[in-house]
Amino acid sequence: MNNGQSSEDVLKDLTSSEYKYGFTTDVETDIIPKGLNEDVVRLISAKKQEPDWMLQFRLEAYRYWRQQPVPQWGHVKVDPIDYDNISFYAAPRKKAAAGDVDPEILKTFDKLGIPLHERDMLLGKTTGTELSAVEASSTMAVDAIVDSASQKTTYRDKLAELGIIFCSFGEAVREYPDLVRKYLGKVVPVRDNYYSALNSAVFSDGSFVYIPKGVRCPMELASYFRINSSGTGQFERTLIIADEEAYVSYLEGCTAPMRDENQLHAAVVEIYVHERAEVKYSTVQNWYPGDKFGKGGVYNLVTKRALCAGDFSKVSWTQVETGSAITWKYPSCVLKGDNSQGEFYSVAVTNNYQEADTGTKMIHIGRNTRSRIISKGISAGHSQNSYRGMVKVLPGAEGVRNYTQCDSLLLSKTCGAHTFPIMDIQNPTAIIEHEATTSKINEDQLFYCQQRGIKEEDAVSLIVGGYAKEVVQKLPMEFAVEAQKLLSLSIENSVG
Amino acid sequence: MSLLEIHNLHASAAGKEILRGIDLTINPGEVHAVMGPNGAGKSTLSAILTGNPQYEVTQGEILYKGRNLLEMKPEERAWEGIFLSFQYPVEIPGVSMVNFMRTAVNAQREYRGLPALTATEFLRLMREKRAVVQLDNKLANRSVNEGFSGGEKKRNEIFQMAILEPTLSILDETDSGLDVDALRIVSEGVNRLKSAERSSIVITHYQKLLEYVQPQFVHIVYRGRIVKSGGPELGDRIFAEGFDWVKQEFEG
Ligand SMILES: Nc1ncnc2c1ncn2[C@@H]1O[C@H](COP(=O)(O)OP(=O)(O)OP(=O)(O)O)[C@@H](O)[C@H]1O
Ligand SMILES: [Mg+2]
Repeated sequence: MNNGQSSEDVLKDLTSSEYKYGFTTDVETDIIPKGLNEDVVRLISAKKQEPDWMLQFRLEAYRYWRQQPVPQWGHVKVDPIDYDNISFYAAPRKKAAAGDVDPEILKTFDKLGIPLHERDMLLGKTTGTELSAVEASSTMAVDAIVDSASQKTTYRDKLAELGIIFCSFGEAVREYPDLVRKYLGKVVPVRDNYYSALNSAVFSDGSFVYIPKGVRCPMELASYFRINSSGTGQFERTLIIADEEAYVSYLEGCTAPMRDENQLHAAVVEIYVHERAEVKYSTVQNWYPGDKFGKGGVYNLVTKRALCAGDFSKVSWTQVETGSAITWKYPSCVLKGDNSQGEFYSVAVTNNYQEADTGTKMIHIGRNTRSRIISKGISAGHSQNSYRGMVKVLPGAEGVRNYTQCDSLLLSKTCGAHTFPIMDIQNPTAIIEHEATTSKINEDQLFYCQQRGIKEEDAVSLIVGGYAKEVVQKLPMEFAVEAQKLLSLSIENSVG
Repeated sequence: MSLLEIHNLHASAAGKEILRGIDLTINPGEVHAVMGPNGAGKSTLSAILTGNPQYEVTQGEILYKGRNLLEMKPEERAWEGIFLSFQYPVEIPGVSMVNFMRTAVNAQREYRGLPALTATEFLRLMREKRAVVQLDNKLANRSVNEGFSGGEKKRNEIFQMAILEPTLSILDETDSGLDVDALRIVSEGVNRLKSAERSSIVITHYQKLLEYVQPQFVHIVYRGRIVKSGGPELGDRIFAEGFDWVKQEFEG
């Protein structure tokens, strides 16, 4: 009897949304020839003016990687990646004077809402959501990375006064070699997996963070990753070290231009947390997802891991994943210190032909270690959305607690949601709770909204936003606003 | 012109016929009470009037302000002033009342060519209307109906009604589950909206609400039809004697 737009139509609109960040920046770029061999690894290292130990690290990784078969696991279909057809290093050529950023790059970040001037706010624009009522106000230090090279890191000097190091990974290798050497590869070993080996061989840039003993970092630290050149991959390497009783909240955002090709983003993030220290790591991932027929898009194949090395240390991962053609990502916590805690909060949205295989691993080694996993999958169109999680309790880990909640929301009849929880509990004192739900968008909720005059598409967006709220509200305010926007963006764009 | 005209309305859900020929006319300013035994089709009628897609109209027509109501989307009906106080209000986890109502109000304003209310203006409106129904501030700050008690949900419906100021309000057993004070407050909320232009349909099983809101007309729905209509005295007879005599009259 309702002759208006049906719920199916709205969901179709939801899946045919436009990607707002798909432009390219016209800067002169230094790109090395395509293909990967030892000479390429040496060339990358030379371009980054690295010491010999760094080159040796890369070469060892390369030699290992070359012998490994391509991994077949994960509930994703990845077209074979032709490594001979990717350029492994691309960096905008510096046009401006030393220390300054190319005006084109500044414009790009401005367009993305990431000002690279100190004292400016990140993502402080107002939106139609209630979150805008509280204007984003805190300051944030930003490391801006285009393709293989960091462009600028703000607030470096101010943070240095507190002994905090926040710089690009490349600079850290040159300026703090001892720290980098001490921690690099300690949380994610070179041989951890195929992509971590690849990353270790060819990694380009990323951020380096060191928070000294007893220091609470007074502002959010943010890295913003942007793929600009075509035919390239981005191999981000980030290392965060929180010394005893230190605290830091770190954020990461990602976008890429729209292209027909599949671009590769193979990152490694390592977090090392000492006694009583705490690290919050938040991601809003919005790489180009491909078009509505599944052409193009970024392959996001990422290894992220935190080691809670010290007693009473804590790590929490929060991620809102809306982009990428393929996401393969399991931010994990190794809970080695007694009484250490790991948390994982995730919202993964897939549309069209996107595939996401994401989740976490909680490895309980220390006594009285606790972990909490909240995963919300939202799938639409023809997409596939999988949660893959592992909770492992080692024999010596007395008194472990884990809570896992894993919800899937299906917005179409043609999408798929899957959960693959693995429990490996080797100590009988562990208390493990697991809850899982799968639901469709609730017709009664939809009608209730419409009866109050809320348009169907806005109602879907409200309900989905409400579903994701438990996770989104874990993000720092500036990113929560952005994440809310991203979640409803597709619907917004379909109107009018 | 009458506000609402229902002619020979037949409707079904899940392939089952529920309404079998409803006729009803409501003029501006009128209050109509609708009564009838459980399962008679009262809520189905309100679902049809508001465009709930779970129900299908198989025959008949409805004119609202002279327009074919059945061609209008549910949200358009709301913008045109139709409001339903649900018999079973729905919980929407994670969506705050503020965000929900602000979206609703601004959608209505957009339809009427008015600028959206700013956050400050909207919060002032919320505060003012909250006072009308004495809705606790902490409820207004929670997710829509989530964890509200039965009575709180009903009060929240009237709060929303007070904000949206409908032309045709349909109250589906809003009095059920209310304590004495809440019933008075809700009734006052309804009476406050009364005007020469606004009309209401009040579905109820109890006398008290009708004493407060004073309907001019009372209709008895039985097996998907309005089998009897009258003035307030018809209501009094039902409260005194029950529905048996109506059923007998109808069947006999
Ligand atoms: N969505 C539906 N699907 C199938 N049957 C339905 C549906 N909605 C209502 N019905 C049936 O239609 C009949 C009328 O239901 P309705 O809710 O309209 O009754 P009511 O008059 O409001 O009753 P009450 O006084 O108990 O609220 C009942 O037999 C009910 O079971
Ligand atoms: Mg009913």
